[in-house]
Amino acid sequence: MEPKLEKVAEVWEKETAVVEGVDISGPWNRMFGQRVIWDYTPELIEKIAQLPGGESFAWCYQCGKCVPVCPVDVVGDYGPRKLYRRAQSGIDLLDSPDLWLCTTCANCLRVCPKQVDMVQIMPAAREHAMLSGRTIPAELQQALEYTAKYGNPLGQPARKREAWVKDAGVPVPILHQIQRPVEWLWWVECYPSYHPRGIDASIALARIFHALGLDFAILGREEKCAGDSQRLAGERGLFEMLAEENIRTLSKYEFAHIVVTDPHALNAFRKHYPKLGGHYDVWHYTTLLARELPRLQPLLTRSLPYRVTFHDPCYLGRHNGEYDAPRRLIQAIPGIEFVEMLRCRENSYCCGGGGGGMWLDSFAAGHQRRRLSEERVLEAVATGADTLVVCCPYEVSRFEDAAKSTGVDDRLRVRDIAELLAEAMGSSGEAAA
Amino acid sequence: MTIVVVLEQVPDVVEELSLAPLGTDLARDAVSYVLNEYDDHALEEALLLAEGSGDDVVAVGIDTTGELDQVLYTALAKGAKRAIKLAGDFEGTWVGTRAAARLLVPIIRELSPRLVLTGVQAPDDLDGQLAPTLAALLDWPHASVVIGTELADGAVRARKELWGGLTMHLELALPAVLGIQAARQTPRYVPVGRVRQVMREATIETREVEMVADGSPRVERLRLPEETAQAEFLSGSPADIADRLIELLRARGLL
Amino acid sequence: MAHGIAVLVEHLEGQVTDVTYELLGLARRIADTDGAEVVACLLGHGVRHVAERLPADRVVLVEDHALHYLAPEATARTFAALLRGERPWLALVPNTAIGMDVAAWVAAALDWSLVAYCQAFDRRDGRWVATAQLFGGKVLADVPLGSDPVVVSALAGAFAADAVEPGPPGTIETQEPPAELATLRTCSVRLERPEVADIDITRAEKIVAVGRGIESKDNLELAEQLAEALGAVLAASRPLVDAGWLPRSRQVGKSGLKVKPKLYLALGISGAPEHLEGMKDAELIVAVNKDPKAPIFTVADYGVVADLFDVAEALLERLEG
Repeated sequence: MEPKLEKVAEVWEKETAVVEGVDISGPWNRMFGQRVIWDYTPELIEKIAQLPGGESFAWCYQCGKCVPVCPVDVVGDYGPRKLYRRAQSGIDLLDSPDLWLCTTCANCLRVCPKQVDMVQIMPAAREHAMLSGRTIPAELQQALEYTAKYGNPLGQPARKREAWVKDAGVPVPILHQIQRPVEWLWWVECYPSYHPRGIDASIALARIFHALGLDFAILGREEKCAGDSQRLAGERGLFEMLAEENIRTLSKYEFAHIVVTDPHALNAFRKHYPKLGGHYDVWHYTTLLARELPRLQPLLTRSLPYRVTFHDPCYLGRHNGEYDAPRRLIQAIPGIEFVEMLRCRENSYCCGGGGGGMWLDSFAAGHQRRRLSEERVLEAVATGADTLVVCCPYEVSRFEDAAKSTGVDDRLRVRDIAELLAEAMGSSGEAAA
Repeated sequence: MTIVVVLEQVPDVVEELSLAPLGTDLARDAVSYVLNEYDDHALEEALLLAEGSGDDVVAVGIDTTGELDQVLYTALAKGAKRAIKLAGDFEGTWVGTRAAARLLVPIIRELSPRLVLTGVQAPDDLDGQLAPTLAALLDWPHASVVIGTELADGAVRARKELWGGLTMHLELALPAVLGIQAARQTPRYVPVGRVRQVMREATIETREVEMVADGSPRVERLRLPEETAQAEFLSGSPADIADRLIELLRARGLL
Repeated sequence: MAHGIAVLVEHLEGQVTDVTYELLGLARRIADTDGAEVVACLLGHGVRHVAERLPADRVVLVEDHALHYLAPEATARTFAALLRGERPWLALVPNTAIGMDVAAWVAAALDWSLVAYCQAFDRRDGRWVATAQLFGGKVLADVPLGSDPVVVSALAGAFAADAVEPGPPGTIETQEPPAELATLRTCSVRLERPEVADIDITRAEKIVAVGRGIESKDNLELAEQLAEALGAVLAASRPLVDAGWLPRSRQVGKSGLKVKPKLYLALGISGAPEHLEGMKDAELIVAVNKDPKAPIFTVADYGVVADLFDVAEALLERLEG
């Protein structure tokens, strides 16, 4: 679309002006000089702002605080302010690659004086793009189709969701088999059920739960993707379908709390399932384990001589306020030397996997100097750490790939906190290593 | 004018398939069904053609699974104008290609489309592919393995893929039947929300049909091929390995 | 002859395809058992010379301009007319891009039964049993054949190509094309050759794919030479494409292209799930990797635990030498 300038106001100097009885006639200052005010036409901004959830797009007043904190801008050219400006100058967000680059990490919202909320805007705009029949990046389409078909974005059969359990080395009860109430329902999620590196972390976590004597069980093949990232990628209908099915499944069983491996599932259960009638007491596994530290600590008998740094998952930290639990767990491991990266906690960088980014990897790479995950592993290496510790299932595979592609895989290992804890318990989660 | 696209659900081969005790069919209870992937391409090609020509796409299918509605609603959500379901007592039967074609011919004649599109093949078409079978029964011209179509003056131009990059360009007088290998573009994505909206607003037309004698071959026994999940490792010096590999490739006609 | 075996001869531009010889070989085997006659059905235009290379008891030659490229409608109608006259017990048609449009049409038009995707044909308990591939090869179906006439469309490569040698037939008999060829509704047929510069790895029959094990861009040359010597195209896993060593059109995997070649030779590819998704359906997978635990070996038919450069060089030496 051609950007258009249109006359929005004409300001004429009056010969005399009396305000509340005071004569203020005379030559005005430059601010009130005779002039015409022109501005760009707002159609493309309003197009987004009129979508439910897209309203705040129009609130931007171009201060630019969002740009330096935007992880995508660090490796590319991005940020809410820039999107607003591009819409002014004729670029329709709905047809631009920009539509798919935001990872909904929420770092911009943290600093925005006007509460321009990309976490709301992006799903709304993406949903509208999909509903209006625009083509979407092929990788994303595949993941969405797989999720609709199989209940997971990897396209794996539902039946295999519990296959990892047989390699756990400890009993992992499955609710449809045990048919009894449990205290903790462990929501394993997709990557920890199917991806080889995700399974490593699941096995480690199962061993920890078992060692703590936790009364837990998983849903196994009955579990479907919690769907939060699909929602953020614009597939609200798919999310609702998954949520309804999951809520129905959960209603069959008795449990006191849910513990999740995946911060995205945490976010879905806390903020979006209640709207669909699913109310649960949900914990991230790091929060649960931190609470159990008095009992866990004595089990951490092996000293691990690693220099580690920690990456805050966006959906655990910024979105759900948990920064301390992972750090307390890491620091409870004997022998560990812990260092922070420059960007940490509230200002943590983003791995690039959120908001559908997990399924837009090649697409995003085509619009950035390097992947967000690559930027992050280089930051980790810069701290002198030999181990990058994570606690979101998207991150192990993303950062391991990034370490390989940036050539630092000889210096930096990527481990889930659960894997480190299991190793310190003398029960290595690295089944294959 | 009308373009008919025939949609079939087939067992999902991503899932492990197991056999029924009698050994002449799959254990259907354990099967999950998906739209035949080539039919999805046929639908996409039909929609693309219709967008250019103003035709109405009518999706037609035989409900052999009891789950065809989902497929038809999705087709409507993607842009099909009508969806027609042929329903009957198919439970526990394996409807062969010829039988399916015989069930489809009356409805196709009734719709009198200028084009019928189907997927080039399906994973269960033991007695041949649907497009040429329909063409024989309808006595219309046909082509399979089609990777591109274009409507022009009472004819359809089709590109049929041969091998080694060779393509055959055909012009068929309408009406015609095409078996689609791949649509011009990846089948479009339709958000679940749109499908759900269509499910509330649109209707699928149902026609009761009777199973017909089909003359399809009698399967005596199904069996699973022997597993070759693990690689057979070749060892020795690089020269030995190279000899062995070349021998293997020769044996398979790859050299 | 009531118990004949008719074979549809597939040819293009004067070249008889390999699968035709595979089917003639199969027909010979059946005929030798049954004492039947093998009839090669040669349909085409200006193909009389081809008949001399068809080792059958008899060649029936039907020539017409409309049969030039064995286009679907003309070929199906002519073959059906021919079978009506010949009344064989068995018609063998290749399950190929050309044969697919003929077998099912003819079977439906004659109301014969059809077994498609046939990969084996054996004599068991005094009858012939055709074995068909179903569900992408995950299931095999044994179909016993009775005495009623049947069309069998056979997979290319399933039967031995060297069971018969190209050579002259017993007799060559010319038949008039059927009258219906005058009223075909296929208006025009032409052939288009591929553009040379255009490489589409999804259509390649043979692929040499390289991964991180190739180590540097300079080493790609060796892989390229090997691909050329094998008549294959070069493809890669994601890291190499990301590094800009090869264009994205060569990327195999989840975010690249899905390929189903007849041969996939994986050099230095460990086999991330994302990569396996893109190539696991290849017919023959040969993997060379230093790491015996590389996941690529879980989908490979043949594995070599070795330095890829050693193996590639040894292969190249033999292929070029």
